[in-house]
Amino acid sequence: MIHVENLTKYYDSFCAVDQINVEINQGEILGLLGPNGAGKTTTLKMLTGYFKPTSGTIRVNDFDIDTHPLEIKQMIGYLPESSPFYKDMLVYDYLEYVSKIKGIRPEDRHPRLRYLADLCGLNHIMHKAIGELSKGLNQRVGLAHAMMNDPQILILDEPTQGLDPNQIVEIRHIIKKIGQEKTVIFSTHILSEAEATCDRIVIINRGKIVADGNTADLKQTAGQQTTIQISLLNADPDAAVKTLAAVDGVDTVEQVSHTDDGVLKLNAFTSSDRDVREKIYTAVKATDWVMIEFLQEAKTLETIFRDLTKQMN
Amino acid sequence: MWQFTHILKKELKDYFVSPIAYIVISIFLIITGWFFFSTFFLYDQANMRGFFSLLPIIFSFVIPAITMRLFSEELNIGSYEILLTMPVTFKDIIIGKFAAGLIMTGAMLLPTLAYPVSIAFIGDLDWGPVIGGYLGAILLGGAFSAIGVFASSLTHNQIIAFIFGAAICFGLTLIDKMLFFFPESILNIVEYLGADFHFRNIARGIIDSRDLVYFISVMFISLYSTYLALLKKE
Repeated sequence: MIHVENLTKYYDSFCAVDQINVEINQGEILGLLGPNGAGKTTTLKMLTGYFKPTSGTIRVNDFDIDTHPLEIKQMIGYLPESSPFYKDMLVYDYLEYVSKIKGIRPEDRHPRLRYLADLCGLNHIMHKAIGELSKGLNQRVGLAHAMMNDPQILILDEPTQGLDPNQIVEIRHIIKKIGQEKTVIFSTHILSEAEATCDRIVIINRGKIVADGNTADLKQTAGQQTTIQISLLNADPDAAVKTLAAVDGVDTVEQVSHTDDGVLKLNAFTSSDRDVREKIYTAVKATDWVMIEFLQEAKTLETIFRDLTKQMN
Repeated sequence: MWQFTHILKKELKDYFVSPIAYIVISIFLIITGWFFFSTFFLYDQANMRGFFSLLPIIFSFVIPAITMRLFSEELNIGSYEILLTMPVTFKDIIIGKFAAGLIMTGAMLLPTLAYPVSIAFIGDLDWGPVIGGYLGAILLGGAFSAIGVFASSLTHNQIIAFIFGAAICFGLTLIDKMLFFFPESILNIVEYLGADFHFRNIARGIIDSRDLVYFISVMFISLYSTYLALLKKE
């Protein structure tokens, strides 16, 4: 559905987005992740046609954004980062204005506004000026704005930013609901959010895609090495390192610390698919050391994200 | 094709729902009313020459005040981004905003129609120059609105947009009064550039194609420059 090829954007000499290639299918909820300044917003702004790419092509349903911007804009609903709307306008007036520009037929306008007001929970604020609304309500107006003409593609830039936990759950719920039929692309830097809502996650760092896939894929590609933290009492550092390194499946062992009260902290690294904890335990059991801590670091999206984005910084 | 009408309606609503329109219209009427009628009875002549000779100078600062917010406000609060990601073209946006400025100018002139009507009651008014004057005023208002729209598209600060727009309008109004400073060889060109010169021609009741071409060119050049300025922001 959306086909992005070698997308590049330079701000003067600074390269914000560097040769991005991505194919987004219909009905996918795609989360765009990355640290601040990674190029998420720039990428989204190019997809909506607001920024012109320095080079590369964007095609949506066989329309090229250079030659058919209006057709593409008609297909896309966009919620910008801070929902900047006309502060003096009433919510109702604003949404009506948007419905006209987006070409909703006069007889369909009221039913559509009513539907969106219900969906986004705007019924009690329709008569208020947008400038008076709180951040969360403003965001909901933005969501209604983006969904006005029932677009096939919804692009949301940090949709849950600045919302309270209840509102976040609500917005996620709405996104999931829309995502059943529509293509949704949203950016976020909250990893749990991406994990909870997305079918597919694309992580970008310094303008480049560093990972692409669903959560399980990412864990597999990034998670080749697992770390096991072990603390031992009454152990001789050299002997402990030697014993653990000899365990089948353990690649390397590194000593983290050895305190005066006899606590030795070690990290064992393994890239084996099998669980090596049993063997480590047995090996320790054969000695007279006391195991006081034993923890396998779970590969979360968080650690994957840290690994992927740190490598390059 | 008709997308610009939605933008036009929204801008007009902004003017007339808020106090802006009424404040600007009142100030305009007080200033023109005072300057015109304070000398009108001294001359003891039933014509509107005094009113129309004032217009270019007054328009030079009133119209940029009307148009200064058209783009600057959008750029400042960021709604410009939303506008551009909706299915509208630059042409729709520029024409819509320009038309809103022009209609606002028309609304400002409308109450002044009371002047010729009352004058016609107390004296023998020649309607030719009056009609010419209003036609010229609309053309002048169009040209200044276009300049104001251009100034507004350059900056997200409304004050700067106002000062810049007013400076250009004042320049065009006053340039043919400063012919003294120019070498003789370019006098004609400088005179042709003056907005007041063309406005005076039309306000005499003589509609000459050169004057029409002048005002239409100013509108076109300003609006096209606006387009280029917006294009550069991409």
